[in-house]
Amino acid sequence: MTPGPATRVRLRGITKSFLGVPVLHGVDLDLRGGEVHAVMGENGAGKSTLLKVLAGVHRPDGGTVEVDGTEVSFAGPTDAQRAGIAIIHQEFTLLPHRTVAENVYLGREPVRRMQVDRRRMVADTRALLDWLGEDGIAPTDVVASLSVAQRQVVEIVKALSTDARVLGMDEPTAALADHEVELLYDLVRRLRERGIAILYVSHRMREVFDLSDRITVLKDGRFVTCAPTRELTSEDLVRHMVGRDLGEYYPDRARPGDLGPVRLALRGAGNDRVRDLTFEVRAGEIVGLAGLQGSGRSAVARAVFGVEPFTRGVLEVDGTPRRVARPRTAVRLGIALVTEDRKGDGLALRQSVRDNTLLVRRAALRGARARARSDLPALLGMVAVVARGEHQEVRFLSGGNQQKVVLAKWLAVAPKVLVVDEPTRGIDVGAKRAVHELLRDLARRGVAVLMISSELPELIGMSDRILVMHDGALAGELPAGASEGAVMALATGHGLAEAVA
Amino acid sequence: MSVVQENVSPVRPRTGRAAPRPRLTPVAIVYLALVALLVVGSVLVGLRGEVLLDQAGILNILTRAAALGLVAVGQTMVILTGSLDLSVAYLIGLTSLIAAETMAGRDGMVVPGVLLALAVAAGVGLVNGLVITVLKANAFIATLGVALILRGYLEDNYTGPAGDVPRGFQHLGYDRIGPVPVAALLMLAVAAVAWWYLSRTRPGYHMYAVGGDIEVARLSGVPTRRVVVTAHVLCSVAAGLTGIYLASRLGSGAPYVGTDAGYDLESIAAVVLGGTLLAGGRGGVVGTIGGVLILATLDTIFDDLAVDPFFKDVVRGVVLVTAVALYARRMTARRARGRLA
Repeated sequence: MTPGPATRVRLRGITKSFLGVPVLHGVDLDLRGGEVHAVMGENGAGKSTLLKVLAGVHRPDGGTVEVDGTEVSFAGPTDAQRAGIAIIHQEFTLLPHRTVAENVYLGREPVRRMQVDRRRMVADTRALLDWLGEDGIAPTDVVASLSVAQRQVVEIVKALSTDARVLGMDEPTAALADHEVELLYDLVRRLRERGIAILYVSHRMREVFDLSDRITVLKDGRFVTCAPTRELTSEDLVRHMVGRDLGEYYPDRARPGDLGPVRLALRGAGNDRVRDLTFEVRAGEIVGLAGLQGSGRSAVARAVFGVEPFTRGVLEVDGTPRRVARPRTAVRLGIALVTEDRKGDGLALRQSVRDNTLLVRRAALRGARARARSDLPALLGMVAVVARGEHQEVRFLSGGNQQKVVLAKWLAVAPKVLVVDEPTRGIDVGAKRAVHELLRDLARRGVAVLMISSELPELIGMSDRILVMHDGALAGELPAGASEGAVMALATGHGLAEAVA
Repeated sequence: MSVVQENVSPVRPRTGRAAPRPRLTPVAIVYLALVALLVVGSVLVGLRGEVLLDQAGILNILTRAAALGLVAVGQTMVILTGSLDLSVAYLIGLTSLIAAETMAGRDGMVVPGVLLALAVAAGVGLVNGLVITVLKANAFIATLGVALILRGYLEDNYTGPAGDVPRGFQHLGYDRIGPVPVAALLMLAVAAVAWWYLSRTRPGYHMYAVGGDIEVARLSGVPTRRVVVTAHVLCSVAAGLTGIYLASRLGSGAPYVGTDAGYDLESIAAVVLGGTLLAGGRGGVVGTIGGVLILATLDTIFDDLAVDPFFKDVVRGVVLVTAVALYARRMTARRARGRLA
């Protein structure tokens, strides 16, 4: 850990909280020129927050940032850029209708005799592309015509054109196809040879071992370890990433006698995001769907609910094959989806608790059933919403209560199949427990629950079975109470699968 | 990651996912449609024993195109920037009055009249731009509000034409070189300058960037406010030029010369017909001129055929909707190809 002379960036004791929730607790990190430094950790471990502190997007609450030996304080991303730090975010920051050169020099176009010096812009961009050995991209190509991998190269060229010496990459392979990942590897290695310090945030085991020189592991916002990659094994890493105390309580699982008939079944289902999905969810059962971000978990939920439907295979509800091409069909068939993005997709924030609760019922059912509202107090009581009244706008409720309203909205149509995507994201411990108990209670009443969660303890604690996804397909199935290591091994595509399961 | 991939070329990134070069750009479609329209129109008018593209016909089309073209070139700039200007029609009326009243029939006052009208126009554009960028009002509402203010002023102070343009200045409205009116040349010159500005200068680049994605532009160091304000000032100046031209044609200023012709929505229609995205970021002046010529040609054909004015509007509406739906299809096809896996 003694910083060598080539240390470009030194973070010490970085702390950061959002709305009183600590996300980073005193994290240290050194970035050296010509080195790829990987940061690993589960979802929510604080990797992205750390990257954003480096990028000047977030200001740390405590700790110091040094660049080339001088302490700095970034007021915003521009300051970080001036200090030679550039970040490639997961979302691209390119204008699709403009050319590569126009994007690379956006905001810094060279001017000659009142005109943009297009010749120079193109030549300089070509020089950077050549420097990286990228001959498949022309500076005059329109960005919209490039592949995702090529767009990423353009992002990197844009970063380099500002004379960046430190490059942070956030899950750079998340959007890439397998063969494109190899191209990115080459590119990262070339950048390293040219003396750039690279911070590589990823939770994919193989990438990190293939590329990095050093690995820092974060867990729950804390620094766990930092070691040269060659001194670590993947077993070590899994252990560092998941080792945590499981002092939480979860409701009792289903007993074999509780399980009813198969409610939801997929047979070889797939679309352009996921493929070859075959599994069943029975009445009375909570099936966990695990996987890393981008593994296709949410795509399964969206497909089952008809948002981005399956294009191949069979989806059966209560034993009957169905074509669910729209959410409306799904609702009519008794399928419900609690989305990942509560505020964006789950609630009409400026409408009342009552209107939100009755939203689906009014929209999807007809006649007297749609108008029924006599059971509203019972519905809200069942999920134990705390609000000033049923006329309060939901935007004024806490996250936990908002989530309860989302659940009440679906209970109002008495679903047979309930798909929940990150049901406890961003809500406090008490509300979490209430949601857990509600889900189990629903299962006992014969609902088939498919639960997605990035929080492994929660997923393991709640599920009667766990399906693990990796790269758009099922990587395996684990029994109730499987270890986090076993789940992570499958989810990262790490070869431990058979050994642990 | 050990999944077997088919069709993988080991060396180059697979370009199969990348969009092939579009076969036809919107600009090409517009001009092909214009040619097709001229052919069909000539046949239809020919069936009545008349000629569409004789000297009078060309003059008619270009005269119509001159005024709409001037407004639409300005409108192109604001729309490219992701904004919109609904105040141009009243501004045209106002500037026609300012020019004509300042000139008051005196040859010596032509230059001051023109300059004053343009200065007032620029001021209105500045207000539009500042309301949108500083007060963060939605462009639609902001420019509608300014339009209402201008209307209130016009209704309060004018009941009909006012002012007097000297005979000398009427050359702008009526002179022509062969079948080409001087005003059409003025319009094309303005369009050429706008084309150069948008496609060759830094502020022009920034207009595309702001319209494409204002956050990306901001994070790349583009002065987004200044860009939006500039676009609005230029748009209003273009509307001012239109007002001055119409004053020279009418011989006086007229409060409703802009609104009677519906230049607010008409100019937006021409821009969109010309292939510029209403959301901004893509398009340009060349397409807009094509759109203007199509609308002007349609009008001329309808006049020659003595078509019912209501049916005329129906056809114009169909043309507009068809064009936009056509471009939208191409856009979604392209986006689907470029989308992440």
